[in-house]
This record gives sequence, C-alpha cells and structure tokens, in this order.
Amino acid sequence: MLTKEKAANIFDRIRRFSSADEVEAIFTGSRFALTRFANNAIHQNVEEENSIVSIRTNFAGRTARATANQFDDESLRRAVAVSENLARVQAPDPDLLPMPTADEANSGDKLADKSVRATRFFDETAAITPADRAEVVKSIVSVAGKHKLTTAGIYSTSESREGIFNSRGLANWHHQTLAEISITMLAEDSSGWQKLNSPDVRNLNPARLAETAAQKAVDSAHPREIAPGKYTVILEPAAVLDIVGFMFWDYSGVAILDQRSFLNDRIGAKLFGENINICDDAEHPLQAGSPFDGEGMRRQRVQLVENGVVKRVVYARATAQKMKNSEYAGKVGPIEPTGHGFPLPNEMGEMPLNIVFGGPENPRSVEEMIASTERGVLVTRLWYIREVDPYEKIVTGMTRDGTFLVENGKIQCGLRNFRFNQSLISMLSNVEAMSAPVRASGEESFDMVVPAMKVKKFNFTEATKF
Amino acid sequence: MKTAAHRALDAASVRGVTYADARVVSIRNRSLTVKNGRVGHASESESLGIGVRVMAGGAWGFAASADLSRASVEAAAARAVEIAQASARVKREDVRLAPEPAAVAEWTTPYKLDPFATSVEQNLDLLLKVDAEMRAVAGVTLAETGMNFQREESWFLSSEGARIHQTKYSTGAGYTAYAFAGSEIQKRSYPNSFGGQWQNRGYEQIEEMKLVENARRVAEEAVALHHAAQCPEGTATIILDGSQLGLQIHESIGHPIELDRVLGMEANFAGTSFLTLEKLGNLRYASDLVNVVADARQEHGPGLGTFAYDDEGVAAQSTPIITNGRFTGYLSSRETAHTIGAARSGGTLRAEGWNRLPMIRMTNVSILPGEKPMSLEQLIAATDDGIYMETNKSWSIDDKRYNFQFGCEIAWEIKNGKRVRMLKNPSYSGITTEFWNSMDAICSRDEWTLWGTPNCGKGQPQQVVGTGHGASPARFRNIRVGSAYQGS
Ligand SMILES: [Zn+2]
Repeated sequence: MLTKEKAANIFDRIRRFSSADEVEAIFTGSRFALTRFANNAIHQNVEEENSIVSIRTNFAGRTARATANQFDDESLRRAVAVSENLARVQAPDPDLLPMPTADEANSGDKLADKSVRATRFFDETAAITPADRAEVVKSIVSVAGKHKLTTAGIYSTSESREGIFNSRGLANWHHQTLAEISITMLAEDSSGWQKLNSPDVRNLNPARLAETAAQKAVDSAHPREIAPGKYTVILEPAAVLDIVGFMFWDYSGVAILDQRSFLNDRIGAKLFGENINICDDAEHPLQAGSPFDGEGMRRQRVQLVENGVVKRVVYARATAQKMKNSEYAGKVGPIEPTGHGFPLPNEMGEMPLNIVFGGPENPRSVEEMIASTERGVLVTRLWYIREVDPYEKIVTGMTRDGTFLVENGKIQCGLRNFRFNQSLISMLSNVEAMSAPVRASGEESFDMVVPAMKVKKFNFTEATKF
Repeated sequence: MKTAAHRALDAASVRGVTYADARVVSIRNRSLTVKNGRVGHASESESLGIGVRVMAGGAWGFAASADLSRASVEAAAARAVEIAQASARVKREDVRLAPEPAAVAEWTTPYKLDPFATSVEQNLDLLLKVDAEMRAVAGVTLAETGMNFQREESWFLSSEGARIHQTKYSTGAGYTAYAFAGSEIQKRSYPNSFGGQWQNRGYEQIEEMKLVENARRVAEEAVALHHAAQCPEGTATIILDGSQLGLQIHESIGHPIELDRVLGMEANFAGTSFLTLEKLGNLRYASDLVNVVADARQEHGPGLGTFAYDDEGVAAQSTPIITNGRFTGYLSSRETAHTIGAARSGGTLRAEGWNRLPMIRMTNVSILPGEKPMSLEQLIAATDDGIYMETNKSWSIDDKRYNFQFGCEIAWEIKNGKRVRMLKNPSYSGITTEFWNSMDAICSRDEWTLWGTPNCGKGQPQQVVGTGHGASPARFRNIRVGSAYQGS
C-alpha cells in the first residue's frame, strides 16, 4: 500500500524525468473489498488493490495530465513524456496559474492545533476480513428469513490514501477508511431499503438496518394505486439527498461564467424558503473525504444558502481570478478561492462536495411529520433521477422500495411507485418541516448531511405498475 | 502478461479450486476537450493489472491487483480463494457453469487508422474548428467539444484451457452548443448528446462523422429553440430519430433482458425486471414490425458491444431478443444459462477492466431496419399529424423497467406530411410493452446507424461499459407527450 514516504520518493523520480516548468503528482491508492448478496446468498465477492499516479506538467500557460498505475522508471518516464507532449502542443491559456505553494495551499487551514483534527482512519474498519463480512451477511439473511423475505445488498470496507505533491513544495496527504452497508428486502409485491456508511465500521448497525428495511417491505405489501398529482410528501434523508444533489453542480464559479448554472442572475436572490440553510464543510464531524482539493488547496467552510437566499458559490484558484475580472464580479457575492477545485486541467472548475444542511429551529422526527399529516405520501428513496430543465431545475425520477399513503396522521398502506417531475426551486420553497440533519447515502448523488423533509405540493405525474 | 495469468491459475489450482480464470488487462485512454475556444482538458491514462476469479466450495471469489510481480499475483489468487470460501458460508446452492469449449484465439478490432498514432495537434485542431463554427453563431453562450480513444488489450486464461488474446479499440467524439437567454438554457448536440457517437473502430470514425460540417446548423438550432413553441401536453403520434430510439432500446429492452436482473442479482442497485422467466416465448413485447437482436459479432457492425470473446471466454453470438414482436431471448452467462434451459451461455459477460468482476452486459442490442425502403423524409411525409423528436436530453425509467420518460433536445410538429414548426422541451412517457406495441413504421437500412452508449452503469462496485444499439427512425401511435413539464 502507498505511504506518504513512498509517494514522495516516486515524486522525486517524476521531477527528475520532467523538463516542464512545474510538475504536480496526485496519488490515490486503495484496498477495496465488497461482499454482495442476493436471493439470501453471497453471489459476488470481490477485493482489489490499486495505486495510481496522475502527473500534471506546466509549460508557460499550457498544462496536461497523464495517469499510470505502474511505478517503475520506464512507466513513470512514459507518463511524464505523454503529459508534456499533450501540454506542449496547446496554445497558452492566460488564465492558467502557477501551482500553489505549500503556504498558499494550507493557508486556509483554520485549525490551530492540527493534532485535534478528527481522524477518518479506523483500524477496526481496515481490519475487516472476508469472513467478517460473510458473518454480517448471514445475520442480514437471518432477518430476511424471520420475516419470510428475500434480501439483496452489499457490505463493503475500504482503506484509501490520497496525496498531492508539486514542484513548489506542496506535499499534502490524507488517508481514511469507509464501511458501507446497503440492504434491500423483497416481498411478493413490495420492498424496503436502507443504506448507511461511515469511516468507522462501529457506527453501522447491520441488524437494525435489516430490520428497518424488512419492516418497510412488510408494511408496503399489496400496494394500492392512487392517482398521480400534487401531494404533501415526507422524504426520508436518502430521498432528500438524492434529489437535491442535482443542483450542487451549479454552485460553481465556472458554471456561472459558462452561463450553464440555474444560479445565473439569481445569486443574492431569495430562491428558497426562509428555513433553508446550506453550507459546504469538509471538516464537519459527519462528513468524510479529503480536506484538500484537486490542486491541494485546503477546503474552506462556505455558507452557500442562508435563510433561503443564495449567498455565493465555490471557486478553484483560477476561477476566482477569472470571476473577479468578469462582467459578473459585482453580482455573485464573495469571490475567493475556496478549495473546491477539481484536478486540473478540467472544464467543470469546481463544486461543493461536502454538503451540510442547517438544522431547523424545531426539528421534527419522521414519526412526528407523519402524525401531523392529514393526507400525504411517505417516500423511502428516489431512483433514476435526471435533469429535465437546467434553469428551472426540474428533475424527473421514480420512488422506490417503500412508498406509503399517510392519512389522518397514520401510515395507511403501501402505494404503487410514482414518477415525479419536480422543480428543486419550488420544492425547497415548500418545506414545512425538517428533522435534525444526519449523514445519508443514496445512489443518485454523493453522500451528504441532510434532514428528512416534509414538502407540500410535490409533483407526481404518473404511477407505474408496481 | 501471459506469464502472470499462468502463475495466478497455478496458485489457485494448488488451493483446490473447481474453476479459475485470470484476466490481465492493459487499457490506454486519450481524452481531449475544448470549451469556448480553449483546451478544456488534455489527458491520457494507462492502467494495467490482473483479476483472478475462482470457484471454491461452489461459490465465487475475485481478487485483483495492479502489481504483476510473482508474489503479488500469487497473493491475489490466494486471496480470491479465501474470499470464495467466505462466500460459501452464505450460499443456497452451488454455482453451475454451462459447458463451453476452451478457445485459443487472437483477435483485434478491425481499424484503418490507429487513433493513438494520430497527433494531439491534429485532434485538438479539429475540435477547435468545430468550436469556432459553433461560436460564430450569435446567441451561443457555451460551446463544448470532446474526443476520446481507448485501446484495451486483454489476456484471458482459464483452468479449462482457454487462452484468448484480444485487443479492442473504441473511438468517440461529439459536441454541444448551449444558449442561455432570459430564463432558459437550451442546447443542441451532434452527432448525439452525452459524448457524441462512439464505435469500436479507429480514427476513421472521427473523419467520417462530418463534425465541422454540422456545427453551425446545430448551434443555430440551439439559439432558435428560444423562439420555438413549447411541446404540447397530451397524446400524439411521435417519430423518434435513430439515436433516441437507440437509447429507448437500451433502457426498455436492453436492461430488462439482462438475466442477472431477472434473477434478482441486481435487486439492491440497478433493480430487477418485469420480464420474469415465464414470459420467454410467450410475451407479446412489441408490434409485429419489431425485431431486436443482441449481436456481439463483427458482422453486426463495429458497435461498443462488438468483440470476439466475452470476459469468460465465450464466443460472440447473435441472440434473437424480439422476433416479429414476440419475446424470444435473454442476455445470459455461463452461470445463468441453466435458468432458461439453455445449453450454452449467450456470451455477454464483460468487465470494466482488470479490477472488476465480469457481469452480464448488453452487447449490441439493435432493432432491425424495416424491409420496405423508407427514408425519414418519406416517413414524415406519410404522417398526417405528429411530432418528430431528435437527440436525447433526459432519460429515466423505474427499477423494473415499466414506466419511462424521455426528454429530447428538439422536435418539429408534423402536419399533413410536413414539418411545420420547431418545438422546444419535447418529452414523452409510457409503459414499456404498451409503447413497443404501438410502433407502426420503421425506416429501412439506409437510415440505420449502430449508435454507441458509452456510459452504461451497473453492478456494485459500479462498472461503466459501452453498449451498442442499431436503430433507424420509427413511428409510434397514441403516445403521452409533454409530461415532463406538466404541473410545473
Ligand atoms: Zn444502461
């Protein structure tokens, strides 16, 4: 497995092989294992170990990248030569900046005593074996058996390392673990689902996740079909995360400069309800991932939305400089590098990837939301979400694995799944209640810290056959 | 390379496995983009490693490593066995593999021009020309172009004696013009959206696509959409262009016929399928005019699903999926063939790379063209009242593959056999079998293109592979249109 020392040694060799003005190397390495089960048995069970070096060279405004996963001299020489060849033939880009020094990259680190920074590496997670995973799957299968259900899902554990070095002295390194469990329980005509991940495997309770998924399958049996239309919905955190995730690509300086963002001409406006507060915060205790961006810049905490008003977007270094000189400079709120850039060169610029929703003044549990609902739909998760309209931010998708009719404060029965076509702007203007935010994981968007939400006038346009 | 695979098989066999295979794969990729007159990114990557798949105790184990040293390869094989033994702790029945003759073969994608032999300058020069054409049109606010090549060389060795050396090339390119004005963002893409057109060919593919020649028209359409009428809501006759029909096939035929989905193996992620086993040979999937095959053979064309052998050593085949409207075949593997009473795998197992377990993937799932000569213009001329839609913009379908909704970039209203006006934000939706049963016309071979979908995701960990979909424009009656904007 790659260590910071080994990576530093590889980077020294890369520098020797390069004639470029500047060189950068991004290292990623992981040991990833995943046990997959279906029909109450393990059917796929995999493990991989891989390390990658991605080399970027700069020649006076021209830059390019070459990636390899072999570290012998010949492979490294070839990757350096490929990167240099890709860079040299380009016309110079006046917006390309010199690589950041270590001081510049780390100046955003507000934590005075680095030793108190919470670790995201847990030996307990790294030590999990195939036999350990099989035992957990066995316990999930036994919950399925108890309820006469069929289960399918995954239990994965991984250990990963990420580092960035450049020829101006930057050398940042991050390592972490992650454990993840996702469980589907299937009955004759219904299903239930739960998913959770954490750097610390001890935060996962497989039996409880299995029981909750099983209960949803049992409770939604023999689903009724009701007419599509506008309903009050209670979205569990995974459903919230998967749908709202589709707007965060647009909280980017480049998206504004390219005029492809739904925030074009809307920053500073009250776009959402008073109760919506959103920040990006890589250091949040419920977040995971590396504390630096694709250029090695420390990720800053950025308040994106305050009381429904979109305050600002995030910036890579070059984007901030470009925005300051653009016609939009006075209209987009604070402009500064925030540590959200993708590895260069890229056309997307940056985006916030550590989203944390602010908690409401009066948090309501999902149970309380149900109890306060005269007629509505409880949604476990959403599926196959795609953008229909980029400026009104209308997205379409389906409900899945546990959709329920709520009447007179109680769950009445399971429902056939719906298709929705819903504007995220109007959805976040119609939030009547929220739970305390939790770490949530889905399949359509990246992991976030989000609350469950009760939303009025959610737009279901069709029902499917199950 | 071959030595590493041999060593892995030897190390597995001394540990008492009942079956083992090893794939050494070397992948090289070049990716170039241009945005608004400047290089967006220029990058290349190489990835090399070995994946070892073993069966022990009637269950599967898989381990992969980028390190091809003797010690590492032997450790990966031992790890795969340990993992298989763990799998066997939670099994219902032993895995059964359909027999397959052990092939010894060499194969390379036929190509005229090795894309990696073309210069980066030449590649970027073409993209910059396209970019300039698009940005010459007033109202274009963003122009994006891209080009991608891949070469994948693999050595597949199995404990049954298979020895297969394959090299596949794929090439893709395309572009999109965006126009933001007022409170609307519109876009147009060519030859297709989400990365353009892709095939398993060399650089000749790029040269034949007429990229520069179409750029100005496409950009003008993106701007013109701002002045077009909104696609109405209601029921209509629709005609879909071949690229959109290709995606329709992918989502509402290609995925539901994957036998692993049908058997519940994807239930936690990609989903299951409405095509339960008793429907084989019995279900009227589509109207009589519909004939669909899953064909991985080179004679079908240079699709992203074309190869000589799949990733468990089964030779490429053509399977009739829908025959005169009736459902006649699934995509299968050696492990799943017995569930449909097949004596042999359909040869559809593929992996994203050396580090991934091969699984059932679409090959080239294509609708056969109409036999009666008919061009798109003739089909439009034969339509009294309808909407012609082109180029996918959004796509979504439920986890059993019944209810779908697609949005397209552009449409034209048809009245009395003529395109009368442009429509913006077109969309249509329906239920899979109802939709396919409503097809009443399809264009002939001249209009048929083997489209490529480079971004099909499936599996945990997720694997992205390319699939092929031959299609020509076709007409459908009584389809629900405009639902994507309903109530918003
Ligand atoms: Zn797909």
